[in-house]
Amino acid sequence: MNSDIFVVIEHLRGQVSDISYVMLAAARGMANATGGKVIAVILGHDVETLARDLAADRVLYMEHAAFADFSSDAYQRALEGVIKEHAPRAVLFGDTTMGGDVAAWLSTHLALPLVSACRTFRADAGALKFVSQICGGKMMAEGDLPAPTTLVLMVPGGYKPEQGRAAQAPELARVNAPALDDLRVTVKDYVEPAVGDVDVSKEAVVVSIGRGIQNQDNVELAEELAKALGGVVAGSRPVIDQGWLAPTRLVGKSGKAVKPKLYLALGISGAPEHVEAIGDSEMIVAINTDPAAPIFDIAKFGSQVDMLDLMPVLTEKVQQAKGL
Amino acid sequence: MNLVVPIKLVPDLVEELVIDASGARLDPDALRLKLNEFDDHAIEQAILLKEKGAGQVTVVAPDIEGVDDALFTAAAKGADRLIKLTGNWNNGVNNHALARVFANFVETLRPELILTGVQAHNDLDGAVGPQLAEHLGMPYVGYVSGVVVFDNKAQVRKEFPGGLIAEMDVVLPAVLGIQAAEKPPRYVPISKVRATMKTAKLETFPAAELETAGAPTTVRLFQPETGARATMLAGDADAVATRLVEIFREQGIL
Ligand SMILES: Cc1cc2nc3c(=O)[nH]c(=O)nc-3n(C[C@H](O)[C@H](O)[C@H](O)COP(=O)(O)OP(=O)(O)OC[C@H]3O[C@@H](n4cnc5c(N)ncnc54)[C@H](O)[C@@H]3O)c2cc1C
Repeated sequence: MNSDIFVVIEHLRGQVSDISYVMLAAARGMANATGGKVIAVILGHDVETLARDLAADRVLYMEHAAFADFSSDAYQRALEGVIKEHAPRAVLFGDTTMGGDVAAWLSTHLALPLVSACRTFRADAGALKFVSQICGGKMMAEGDLPAPTTLVLMVPGGYKPEQGRAAQAPELARVNAPALDDLRVTVKDYVEPAVGDVDVSKEAVVVSIGRGIQNQDNVELAEELAKALGGVVAGSRPVIDQGWLAPTRLVGKSGKAVKPKLYLALGISGAPEHVEAIGDSEMIVAINTDPAAPIFDIAKFGSQVDMLDLMPVLTEKVQQAKGL
Repeated sequence: MNLVVPIKLVPDLVEELVIDASGARLDPDALRLKLNEFDDHAIEQAILLKEKGAGQVTVVAPDIEGVDDALFTAAAKGADRLIKLTGNWNNGVNNHALARVFANFVETLRPELILTGVQAHNDLDGAVGPQLAEHLGMPYVGYVSGVVVFDNKAQVRKEFPGGLIAEMDVVLPAVLGIQAAEKPPRYVPISKVRATMKTAKLETFPAAELETAGAPTTVRLFQPETGARATMLAGDADAVATRLVEIFREQGIL
């Protein structure tokens, strides 16, 4: 049985994603428990640059023009052979817009078990266990990582990316890419993220609204509060998907990461996709009527009052305090 | 154009989640189920496509409590066929089993395009979409927030972290995992859903054998243990606002 841990390195337009380093950090702990090695797998080109700071024992790489952009079809076909040939103890993918398109397909195709939303691993008397974060961050699920090979989709939060970085580049080993003609999924173009009037990632005070805002008319209450505090309004995904705020104001996995002095989260539950982008805030204050909302786990101060009641009163008191 | 939307219901997170005596799953009696919100976006995207050209939208769901509402609501929005798959769903089901059941049935519909929610908050063994695609031998693209269909291909907008979007071509037939429909899911008044209940037909078909292999077994469920939880501010809005102003002052924000 192969006790190595494979990590499929995620990169986009020449940049290795943070989740790749998180996975390498996790893989090191697992490999210590299994007695195996940490093997990074890169599909791409200019592999030397991509691999230079990966904390892996070895890099297996494939080069092919089809990897210039991300195509699920190309990734699936390329990884199928590698996983079959090596049958490592685990293969880690980012639970992201890339890994998500690939791992579940491979699980079915190769008849290998799959664990998603995995945050941490634990070794228990030699046996590996996964801990996954589900139900919008409200539940953790723990179980055995099935042997001999399991595919895993990993979310951030359990390990620090710095732990997956190394000062020295790992040894590289080339693997031949399979035939990748007639791809059924191809990238035609990119649309850059919109640049707006404000960059929420640079603001010192962010008043962020979630589904608790209930309707577009109430957004004004948040605008007024933000204005009084000298900050800007941002929002969670449902608020942006409803069209109540511009896409430039989205905070989270598919939007911006923020690091303000104050992040005031109003009516935001604290789903993992949101929380991963606000952890660098100096202070998070959360207002949510649900005492079990996961946002309270990372907030410094919280309250269960109704945000719609609070916003006008707080605006007024802030204005008073500033002598306005 | 034959559009198929497989959907599932998930626990409503607004309710308190209760772990049952086994410690390994949520107590089904304490759960309220609702349509997976990404499946709601998939239904909307399918109906938007139908409205742009000829097409039929079929929504397929496991026959569990609450599913009739979800299906009739889809019909009130414009779905043409509503299908329930009957089987032994009582013990819950993982996505590997669900994808096999969907694949088995959906194949008989000969779809050109399958739209399904990109994920659900209770997925523990990956999403349904890519597994379904593999069973049907179709390509898969997930995290999609816009679809246009041409003769034998779909042009989709796929989301990458940070708001970058790739415009991609996908050869049909294909499975797409919908993150967000082009427009927010439309609202239908209850009265319209009630009216639909009188006219729309729910078809039932037996589900294939539930084959759960490929998913891990949960040994233990627990609430996340957190380091320091927030200091909760008591009182009404006025009291909380007063305290917050003090805190903002102390932190040098005001
Ligand atoms: C690939 C992917 C990427 C994603 N990217 C992002 C992202 O970038 N950003 C993001 O935010 N989400 C993202 N999501 C969605 C994420 O999973 C959650 O669905 C979303 O964050 C939930 O938003 P919310 O907290 O506003 O809504 P909900 O989870 O519905 O929470 C609303 C909260 O408001 C509270 N509330 C209701 N009324 C009131 C009131 N009157 N006063 C006070 N509180 C009230 C409720 O108790 C509840 O906790 C992504 C999902 C996927 C699958």
